[in-house]
Amino acid sequence: MSESTGPAGPPQSTHPIMGPDDVARALRRMAHEIVERHRGSNNLVVVGVQRGGAPLAAYLAAQLSDILEAPLEHVDLDVSFFRDDIGSAPLKDAAPTTLSRDLRGRVVILVDDVLFTGRTVRAALNALLSFGRPDAVDLAVLVDRGHRELPLRADYVGKNLPTSREERVRAGLDGVWIERAS
Amino acid sequence: MSRYVLRGGVVVGPTEARRADVLVDEGRIISVGTDLDVGRAEELDCTGAWVGPAYVDLHSHLREPGAEAAETIHSGARAGVRGGYGALVAMPNTEPALDSVSLVRDVLERGRSSALDVAVCAAITVGRRGERLAPLGDLAALGVRLFSDDGTGVANPLVMRRALEYARPLGVRLAQHCEDASLCAGGVMNEGEWSRRLGLGGRPAIAEEIMVARDLDLLRLTGGRLHLLHLSTARAVGLALAARAEGLDVTFEVTPHHLVLDESACAAYDPIMKVHPPLRAASDVAALGELLRQGRLDAVATDHAPHAPETKDQPFDEAPAGMLGLEHAASVVHEVLGANRPLDLFRVL
Amino acid sequence: MRTIRGGHLLTLEGVDRVQVVDVLDTAESFVEVHHRTIRKVPALTGRVVASLFFEESTRTRLSFETAAKRLSADVISLAVAASSVKKGESLRDTISTIEALGLDAVVLRHRSSGASEQVARFVPHVHVINAGDGQHQHPTQGLLDAFTVRQVLAERRGTTGRESGAELFDGLRVLIVGDVLHSRVARSDIAVYRALGANVRVVGPGTLVPRELTEWGVEVSYDLDESLEWAQVIGLLRLQSERGSGEFVPSLGEFATHYGLTSARLTTLDPRTLVMHPGPMNRGVEIDNAVADSAHSLVTRQVANGVPVRMAVLYLTVAGGDGR
Repeated sequence: MSESTGPAGPPQSTHPIMGPDDVARALRRMAHEIVERHRGSNNLVVVGVQRGGAPLAAYLAAQLSDILEAPLEHVDLDVSFFRDDIGSAPLKDAAPTTLSRDLRGRVVILVDDVLFTGRTVRAALNALLSFGRPDAVDLAVLVDRGHRELPLRADYVGKNLPTSREERVRAGLDGVWIERAS
Repeated sequence: MSRYVLRGGVVVGPTEARRADVLVDEGRIISVGTDLDVGRAEELDCTGAWVGPAYVDLHSHLREPGAEAAETIHSGARAGVRGGYGALVAMPNTEPALDSVSLVRDVLERGRSSALDVAVCAAITVGRRGERLAPLGDLAALGVRLFSDDGTGVANPLVMRRALEYARPLGVRLAQHCEDASLCAGGVMNEGEWSRRLGLGGRPAIAEEIMVARDLDLLRLTGGRLHLLHLSTARAVGLALAARAEGLDVTFEVTPHHLVLDESACAAYDPIMKVHPPLRAASDVAALGELLRQGRLDAVATDHAPHAPETKDQPFDEAPAGMLGLEHAASVVHEVLGANRPLDLFRVL
Repeated sequence: MRTIRGGHLLTLEGVDRVQVVDVLDTAESFVEVHHRTIRKVPALTGRVVASLFFEESTRTRLSFETAAKRLSADVISLAVAASSVKKGESLRDTISTIEALGLDAVVLRHRSSGASEQVARFVPHVHVINAGDGQHQHPTQGLLDAFTVRQVLAERRGTTGRESGAELFDGLRVLIVGDVLHSRVARSDIAVYRALGANVRVVGPGTLVPRELTEWGVEVSYDLDESLEWAQVIGLLRLQSERGSGEFVPSLGEFATHYGLTSARLTTLDPRTLVMHPGPMNRGVEIDNAVADSAHSLVTRQVANGVPVRMAVLYLTVAGGDGR
């Protein structure tokens, strides 16, 4: 669930749950877990969910290619047209999708910033299917904050963060914050 | 009928308006004055009201015969009564056109049983086709005083010249719808920035002014009496005023809608705003209002032109032209006069 | 200008740069969708879009219906030109009948200027998309023309239209040639190019380009050859002979000689000049075969871009509300 509010800077008043170094460490660990699970696989593709997942996917892909000592493709996926709240909430501006090839035979590592209700991931899974039928899709998130509304779970989690529903979570390469709803 | 007295109003006469009561008995005005001894009479409180002669509309389309779904002589008369009218002139562009003694007699007959006095303006040419003269002499003998092909103008200058020459010794007046049809071809609103922006064909002001100028020249040649219907541009009125100053017997009218609505009213493509001649530029609307306030307009005539809703409710370019007027003309004139000017109001209506 | 998001698209007159860029950016996403294995998105699942063409235009109708289907909307298609409307049924009656079927959007093509404005008044809660009304506006054509220009100029810079926003249009010299007076495409093109910051000039014979058109904020010229030198983008208009425009010029031949983009004139063009035409083309009148098929011509791209731009318009109008 992309809870991040875009390019605005970190809030001044709250203390970060994770700093940039914590985020880098978590992503590095997740990269190792991915390699562990898909040892010997040469068909990985990292797909970042626009917008919050895109920079994390880029970083994760770099870590993976470091570990694997091979270049690894990473692309972005916009899920606006697949959301289940179209027409009942203000439209989100569509962001670029750089994923363009058929995913048949590939293993997709889907990357998002925050896993919340699960609805964005649901939309992303449907969007992925319009690129053909991948062999498998794994989900990697920097933060799992609970409150799922769909039967989904992440395969790789940077940090499990108990929250209340009313709070907002911002998560990116620069850190993780909880913002109280005003 | 009974006996009643109008109390407390301002009685408007041709030259003055003054506080007075009016005693009416069996439909006749018995006396006008203050401190009237009325005997037994029903009292009608007219405090704050103007009391004057009922208005006369020179230009009403009553649609009968032919389009009774839009209006009838009786329904039009009722609309007139609501608007303060006591008499109106029924225009001849019915179906068939009022171009014969029998048709005109029939309309006059129906008018006699209506709520007010109905006079008839008969057609100038047979079928309003602009070719052969209608029986102007027979119709004049029947009492018709005004002739027009209104809805369209008499396009052919030779036909118009003959009509003026023929009408002159009969003592009747010809009323012209001044729009040159060829300059208006394909036009549905005033030609100008608005028509170009809205993608609607234009009817230019010059189409009206050319026809006014032509007919005034013909009148200068033939003599006789000419009335110019629904003038809508400042220049057209200026031409008419100048011709009269020169001695020609020309009169003219302006409609209520041309006094308050300009071409921008067409921007929503509401076919109610489609009229011929079209709603003009804001500058023309302002100029006509000023002429009214200066007392230089001969008459405000409604060009009351109803259409059945299902025929009017069409795309703008396909809808028939025409707007209602009888019920609100007085309030429009009052608003444009803009002050406490009862004499001016009763003079033009 | 009412907003496009959650509203109608009736005219481009008065549209602002932000709204145009919103449509163009969204359309760019739909171009990308077009390259997927499955070219359909579920954005308008369960929505009903009616295409009502009171005037036949196969290509525009197909473009809109393809767009609606790619968005997963249900499409009711009524080629009214051949239906009951000819039997005296009013526009309002037709709309009421269709509305009873439960509509989210109406795509309307009509021979009368203002018809879509009127329909939007009859059914205010249905999103009305003007697919061309008389001689008034053809908003999606204007938007797809601007989209196509932005796409090509961005490609030349090695960037995407989205990244460039509207900056590519600043001071861009756009020439519109031919029957401007009767053209709904011209009205929409002029509005959209001006909103994006381009300089627009119109050129054509005096009867079809009245000198008063300067009131639209465009330059008016009667010299095609000089204007071709000036222009970076040339938008040709169809001479609407079927609407009587033929009576505005002595002959089609004379029109072609003075205002047609002939193969002879083609040789004088800067190689980077773009040539556009909304179709259908009168080959040999406003455009020669050699021009239509030359490297300058964006005609094929314009047709291809029709679908993503119309997807963007349907998506933004139908789904772009505040979720009431």
